[in-house]
Amino acid sequence: MTRGDEGTGLVSHRTCDTNPVPSSPLVTRKAWFYMGKFFTSVRLKEDLCMGCINCIKRCPTQAIRVRNGKAAITKEFCIDCGECIRICPHHAKEATYDSPEIMKLFEYTVALPAPSLYGQFNHLDDVNIVLTALKKMGFDDVYEVSGAAELVSELSRDYLSEHKEKWPIISTACPSVVRLIQVRFPSLIEHLLPICAPVDLAAKMAREKAMKKTGLPKEKIGIIFISPCPAKMTAVKSPIGIDHSEIDGVLAIKEVYPILLPYMKQSIDDVEELSISGRIGIGWGSTGGEAGSLLSDNYLAADGIENVIKILEDLEDQKFDELEFIELNACAGGCVGGVLTVENPYLAKVKLKRLRKYLPVACNHLAGDSCEEAFWTDEVKYEPVFKLGNDMKESIANMSRVEELCNLFPKLDCGSCGAPTCKALAEDIVRGVAKEQECIHILRDYIHKLTDELIKLDTKNENL
Amino acid sequence: MNNDIIVMTYEVPADDFTRAGEASSSVKGKLKKMGVNPDIVRKVAIAMYEGEINMVIHAFGGTIDVIVSPEEIMMILKDQGPGIEDIELAMQAGYSTAPDNIRSLGFGAGMGLPNMKRYTDDMKIESILGVGTTVTMRVSM
Repeated sequence: MTRGDEGTGLVSHRTCDTNPVPSSPLVTRKAWFYMGKFFTSVRLKEDLCMGCINCIKRCPTQAIRVRNGKAAITKEFCIDCGECIRICPHHAKEATYDSPEIMKLFEYTVALPAPSLYGQFNHLDDVNIVLTALKKMGFDDVYEVSGAAELVSELSRDYLSEHKEKWPIISTACPSVVRLIQVRFPSLIEHLLPICAPVDLAAKMAREKAMKKTGLPKEKIGIIFISPCPAKMTAVKSPIGIDHSEIDGVLAIKEVYPILLPYMKQSIDDVEELSISGRIGIGWGSTGGEAGSLLSDNYLAADGIENVIKILEDLEDQKFDELEFIELNACAGGCVGGVLTVENPYLAKVKLKRLRKYLPVACNHLAGDSCEEAFWTDEVKYEPVFKLGNDMKESIANMSRVEELCNLFPKLDCGSCGAPTCKALAEDIVRGVAKEQECIHILRDYIHKLTDELIKLDTKNENL
Repeated sequence: MNNDIIVMTYEVPADDFTRAGEASSSVKGKLKKMGVNPDIVRKVAIAMYEGEINMVIHAFGGTIDVIVSPEEIMMILKDQGPGIEDIELAMQAGYSTAPDNIRSLGFGAGMGLPNMKRYTDDMKIESILGVGTTVTMRVSM
């Protein structure tokens, strides 16, 4: 089985503590080390991990350390961007998601296909083929995330024109970006678009529709998302901005894909008209789709987590505050670049473009009401996970110690200690999860000193 | 040494726009890790970035000392540039002596010094023509 087996907890449940254990019994994690209720969807297959430094170097939040020869994630720092899954040459990192077996737990199931799913297939000219195949695969109904996305676009347009004081508004559809802002860019929290991600709105609407149609109680209905990325799994388990998610299960596109192919062949001859979305909705599957749907030119759309960080840094320094909207996607290419997809993101983008070509602009519109349920209900609070102390005095002392240690280390950022940079090791030491001798250069000097002293002692003995 | 303060020193290189902002960005990261209030971090980062850019454009670089104590953050920006002829005039919004090649890069709008004053609680400029300029800015915690 290739999938992670922890899922949303409905199929199987196992708790997993991914926090790095202190490397030696001589060090203890400091009490001020920021703790919160954090969840990460990335898991390590210990037997495959060689303890190399690829993932620690790639991680944009420096959340990984190699301890005792194995990579360990500090879940407080992890934003579920999936970079470590992409880079690991030994395939030791995996995302957790549910098994299609989860469908059996419900009396009635609804599939929520992400728009990026449509970009995975060759020569697809009708979205309905995919949707019909999903029903043949066993789902009782489908509800396109792209349908809800069109409503989110409409709501966003209104929100933007009513909240000019909050420009530039930052999109909140990518859960990794929201999490990154929450832990690292506190001054930008007020710019977040307080509207549910399309998938969360789709889940609410799909459940309401299913309950009305079947008369079943809500717990008998399974709302199952077909996802391009593991961050959505985290967003289901520990949502930001809303108190709970209506999604009951998350399946990976890469796992649904081979199951779906034969059903798609069968569907070609009896396609059901199930699609509810237009160009705007399907456009959300790749970078620029969300921003483009706002019908304004005054926006910026960036993708790839390193680029996203650069934009957020500049935004924080007010280098471009004249913009109306900023769309940010952790994955290169947008959602089509998610680690749970199968097609090259840029090809998938071309395929989405072809699919959209003859569709109406949008097929979903607000029915006059304000659509309260689409808005965030919970305030997003800054989580200072990277802090170095409980108060200023302690933080200043600890930061001084970090600087001192940095001067001691060779500044090679070799990764041999298990931390991605010398500075990261210095911070680990101050946090109480590592010690100086883990730097092999410090250790070597120490051994040389010991040897010298032994030799001296030896010559002294001979002379006696 | 006083354990309650930390001094961070940065060299600002001359004429290198690709590196301008490195110092303020580093300070921003450290202040966040020290748990400084996000609003204060923002003020310091903006004021210091403007100062850093000024040093690159007008003064062949220089040094910046950032001193953090539990009470305040002090930034001392020191250069050996040409000096400021008329400080009052330089403080006026929109006044700039930046040459055209700098303006074409999107700088030189004449908002540097006014913004530095706006985002700090106290700003002092000492300048001697032909010797250099020292700008001292303070932000209270």
